[in-house]
Amino acid sequence: MGVTKEQVESSLTAKLNPSHLEVIDMSAGCGAKFLVVIVTEQFEGKRLLERHRMVNGALAEEMKEIHALSITKALTPEQWKQQQESEKSQAAA
Amino acid sequence: LHAYVALDPNLKATLDKVVTSQKIVLFMKGTKDFPQCGFSHTVVQILKSLDAPFETINILENEALRQGLKEYSSWPTFPQLYVDGEFFGGCDITVEAYKSGELQELLERTLCS
Repeated sequence: MGVTKEQVESSLTAKLNPSHLEVIDMSAGCGAKFLVVIVTEQFEGKRLLERHRMVNGALAEEMKEIHALSITKALTPEQWKQQQESEKSQAAA
Repeated sequence: LHAYVALDPNLKATLDKVVTSQKIVLFMKGTKDFPQCGFSHTVVQILKSLDAPFETINILENEALRQGLKEYSSWPTFPQLYVDGEFFGGCDITVEAYKSGELQELLERTLCS
């Protein structure tokens, strides 16, 4: 029962071709609650709502069993690079 | 197996009315005063902190509404926030927009119009 972290990763990888992907199972193994950080060129020129719709769409099958999905970051590679750099400079400061 | 049926025209007409009944409508688990899910609670807190007048509808009390809304907004989860009759987003989008100030701007614009 439930959805595995690997299933979520493979669906997102197959459909959105991410350059960076983190899937965290927040459900302590029951497969009902996930946290997603995803970076892909396919988000280029799309508003946040559209980006989240793309993620939800890629996980349409899994969503039937997932109880809670938190898309904490849905970024383009350019935005991701900027965030990484600003985090680094903040850490250094 | 879950069978999806097309959104019933009567239900769609009802939803059209409900989402435009107030400038800000939140479909959530529980009520404004007793949210029954952390995600719903978060959005309620954000709207309260912005002093925005909003209507909440408890989708736990109406299964047809709950299923209908998922198709109506093409969004699989709750809460669902509507601003000025338009689907704005779920919890994560609302949190992001709140942090960036975009939500406050939108709500001010909407409430003044």
